[in-house]
Amino acid sequence: MIRAENLFKTFDDHEVIRGISSEFLKGKTNLIIGRSGAGKTVLLKLLVGLISPTSGSVWYDNVDFFSLDKKQKRAIRMKVGMLFQASALFDSMTVEENIRFPLDMFTNMTKKEKLSRVDYCLERVNLPGINRKYPSEISGGMQKRVGIARAIVMQPEYLFCDEPNSGLDPKTAIVIDELIKSITVENNITTIINTHDMNSVMEIGDNIILIHEGVIAWRGDKAEVLRSDNQILQNFIFASPFLQHLREAALERQNELTLRMDKK
Amino acid sequence: MLFSRFLYHFGRYLTMMGTGLARPEKGYMYYKETMRQMNDIGIGSLIIVGLISIFIGAVTAVQFAYQLDGTLVPQYYIGYIVRDSTIIELAPTITCLVLAGKVGSNIAAEIGGMRQKEHIDAMEIMGVNTSGYLVMPKVVASIVVIPMLVALAAFISIIGGYAASVPTGLLSHVEFVQGVRSFFVERNIMLMFIKSVVFAFILTSVPAYQGYFVKSGSIELGRASTNAVVLSDILILLSDYVIAVLFT
Ligand SMILES: Nc1ncnc2c1ncn2[C@@H]1O[C@H](COP(=O)(O)OP(=O)(O)OP(=O)(O)O)[C@@H](O)[C@H]1O
Ligand SMILES: [Mg+2]
Repeated sequence: MIRAENLFKTFDDHEVIRGISSEFLKGKTNLIIGRSGAGKTVLLKLLVGLISPTSGSVWYDNVDFFSLDKKQKRAIRMKVGMLFQASALFDSMTVEENIRFPLDMFTNMTKKEKLSRVDYCLERVNLPGINRKYPSEISGGMQKRVGIARAIVMQPEYLFCDEPNSGLDPKTAIVIDELIKSITVENNITTIINTHDMNSVMEIGDNIILIHEGVIAWRGDKAEVLRSDNQILQNFIFASPFLQHLREAALERQNELTLRMDKK
Repeated sequence: MLFSRFLYHFGRYLTMMGTGLARPEKGYMYYKETMRQMNDIGIGSLIIVGLISIFIGAVTAVQFAYQLDGTLVPQYYIGYIVRDSTIIELAPTITCLVLAGKVGSNIAAEIGGMRQKEHIDAMEIMGVNTSGYLVMPKVVASIVVIPMLVALAAFISIIGGYAASVPTGLLSHVEFVQGVRSFFVERNIMLMFIKSVVFAFILTSVPAYQGYFVKSGSIELGRASTNAVVLSDILILLSDYVIAVLFT
């Protein structure tokens, strides 16, 4: 579990995060949603400790991250995997070398063990056999999946994903969402995902916070999204008339069903 | 204002280098990276170093011969001057100024690119001590390799001096060899190595700093690379002077 306590972050005089407190639960896919520029990436980087907050604290299972010294921070980092918004694959290394890098750096595995772990992770993200390709030789969606493979290679307890499916077609996006979801459940890890993808919200939104102007404007889960009358949320999720129409239809249908249930 | 900015950068530089000195996560990975850098910096610079060294020696010989012309100083002094001026000053300084341009800009661009593309963040998240893994192998490699390059440069310079003076008849083979072998002070060799180690440290750590803290944008990356070279050059010349004062 990861807990944010009253986080503030100011760049020069631009207040990006203005008092965010939230719990991110173990074994769940925790979503941070919000419009482009809302501060999702900044919040995620605060949570992993890549940037330090102006004030407030981040707790990893009762350890206050920013009170730790460099060595202790690194010990926690060993348990963290992260997928960056732009994948951040090392472009002078092959896919295999990318995924193997943490193993090379931190484990005493033999070459064979490493290779089988790499192959397992590649298979896990449905990309078997691309070991020798360079990041520039594969598509953006594949890069994201390789990024996920690299993030999970050390079997992290905390997984951070910054927009895992931005820029992907809906089908591939769903595949990636499901992948992250199943990894989370299988390994019982704490996963935090940044997204502004409505499908993700509806598919894997176990625990959602909506960031708007630096504060949490709404929180809940995917079932509550439909019913909530929070205007900021509705404007965000059902942004187009088409989607609003869908929502109304869905609500109507739900009401009908409940009515029928009541009659019985 | 300027001074406080200097203190800010110097403090941050020291912090980066200090953090980098931590125990490597995995000795072998650092070793491998150091070897790769030695190859890049050492083998990769052989041609340019050889080329400039020939000319350094040649120019020194020809110009000194010109200055000696019509004086009572014996001709064999040309060999002596070529030897000493290259060993003490020209080989370490000019070689390292050139390497600051070649190796330094490369280091700044490489590390800066990794910063901008979030590779450094990605490594940090894995738990890698990035100021160790990305900076130290380069510093260590160049501290080992650059003194060798400088020694080679001094040697080639003397050959260059020979090639420019003996066949053209400025002095005879015997005189040149006599000159090269006269008034030899071992301490000068020491001085050459001290200089090259200090310069090697400067021309890797300063560009590494520039790259490591680069801001976003390709203009910034270009600027970091330029600053790295300019600053390294200035610091090399400054420390050249300090070493000269301290050791002579
Ligand atoms: N290093 C920085 N310096 C100054 N301002 C920053 C910095 N990083 C982010 N910001 C500002 O913080 C705000 C939020 O940025 P952020 O990248 O978190 O948005 P986001 O919600 O991730 O958007 P997107 O969905 O487009 O990725 C932006 O207005 C941005 O200008
Ligand atoms: Mg973002």
